[in-house]
Amino acid sequence: MPLIMIIYYAICVYIGAMLIWNFLREKKSVNDMLLYLLILIPLVLRILRVK
Amino acid sequence: MSREWTIKFVLLAAVAAIIVMAGFQLYNHRHYRTSIVTGPGVTKVVKLSDYSEGLKGTMADTNVFFLEGKEEGGTVLILANTHANEPAALLSALILLENAVVDKGTLIIIPQFNNSAGRNTRPGDGYPLYFEIPTDWGSKKFRMGNRDASPLDQWPDPDVYVHYPEKQLLSFLDVRNTNRTWPGRKNGPLMERVTYGAMQIMREEKVDIAVDIHGAETMFPVTNCIVAPDKSMRIAIMTSLTVKSRERFDNHVESSPSGFRGLSHREIGDYSDTMPFLLEAPLPFLDQPTGPKTVDLLLDGKDPFLLSLSKKRKLFVPYDETGWPMEKRVGQHCSVTLELIRQFSRKYPERTITIRNVPRYAEVVKNGVGYYYHDPAKTDKKNVYIN
Repeated sequence: MPLIMIIYYAICVYIGAMLIWNFLREKKSVNDMLLYLLILIPLVLRILRVK
Repeated sequence: MSREWTIKFVLLAAVAAIIVMAGFQLYNHRHYRTSIVTGPGVTKVVKLSDYSEGLKGTMADTNVFFLEGKEEGGTVLILANTHANEPAALLSALILLENAVVDKGTLIIIPQFNNSAGRNTRPGDGYPLYFEIPTDWGSKKFRMGNRDASPLDQWPDPDVYVHYPEKQLLSFLDVRNTNRTWPGRKNGPLMERVTYGAMQIMREEKVDIAVDIHGAETMFPVTNCIVAPDKSMRIAIMTSLTVKSRERFDNHVESSPSGFRGLSHREIGDYSDTMPFLLEAPLPFLDQPTGPKTVDLLLDGKDPFLLSLSKKRKLFVPYDETGWPMEKRVGQHCSVTLELIRQFSRKYPERTITIRNVPRYAEVVKNGVGYYYHDPAKTDKKNVYIN
C-alpha cells in the first residue's frame, strides 16, 4: 500500500475516533448523536475496506 | 438504563440496520455476474491485463474478445461501457459479440471496458441497480453501472486530476473516468492503466479504427453524433451522410476539440496510428430535469418534463411521446459502427474489414434488442463468459 493511502487510512481512523468520542460525550441533542453516526458510516466502511 | 443511553442504543441499532441492509444490496450489485455469450465469430478471448500488467487481480481487469477473419485485412476495436451508465453501448457490443462473423480482418470487442464502473452505482440520483432486456427465452439481467470507477477500486481522489501526459487540470472525479484518462500510463492510477491497456492493444494489434460507444443527454449539444478528430473526419462525415440517406436517421458529426485532453477521440488519434470515433446516442435517463430515474425511463426514454422542454425547443434532438427507446439507440450504434467500417474499407481497400450477420438500425427497431441475444443456459458453457 502506498504511503499516501496509509496516511488517508490514518486520517479516517482519527476522524472516526473523534466522532465516536463526541457521540459518547453527547448528553442531550439526539440530532447531534444521529449526525455523528451518519458521518461515521463512510469512514467505518473505508476502514473495514468493505467491498 | 438512563434515557441518554437508551437513545444512543436505539440510534446505533437503527444506523447499523441501515448499513447492513444497504450494504447487502450494494454488495450483491457489485458481485452480480452477467453472462456474456460468445457467438460463432469469436476466435480468442484474452484479458486486458495481458496488455497492461498493472490490472492483474483488480476489478478493473476485463475480457477482450477477438473475432478474426480467415482473410487478412484491417482491425477495428470497439469499446463499450467506457461509461457504465450508458448501457446502449454494452447492449450494442453484445449484439456484435453474439452474432458477428468476420470474413476479412479482425474485430476486437471490449464490452465492459470500465469494469469497475459497471459495479458502481449513483445512490444520490436514485439509480436502479439492475435492468432487464426481454428476449424470446426470458429476460437478460444487467447491472446498471455508473460513469466513474468505484472508489472501492481506486481511492483516494486527488483535489485536482492532473492529466497525463498533457498536464491539463481536470475535475477530481475524472481520475476515475475512463474517458478522461487516455492515453494512460503503465503505472498510473487504475483507470490510467485501463486506457493504457487499450492503447497497447491498438499499438500491438495494429488497430486501424477504434469506436468508443456512448450515450448523452438530450439537452447536451454533443448528442446523437459521431465525434471525430481531423484524421477521422472524412470517414465520419461519409458515415453520417450515408446513414441519413439510406437509413433515415440523423447522426451529425462533431469535431474533437484539440484543447480538451483525456478523451478517447482526442488522445487515441494523437498517441497512436489508430483513427478514433466516439458515438453518442440520446439518453434521456442522463438528463437532469426528468422524473425519477427508473428502469422504464432508462429503456424507453419517455419523460413528461423532457417532452415539455422539447416543445419549448430546449433539446438538441427531436423528442415526442415515443421518447428515445433503447431499440433506436442500439440500432443507431450498430448501423453507425458498421458504416464506419464500410467507409474505412472503401478508403483503404488493402485494410478491408468485412463483417456479416450484424443487424442494422431498421432491424433492431423492428425486432427489439433482446431478439439478438442467445440463452446462456442453452449455450455450450465454453462459450459463456461470466462477468
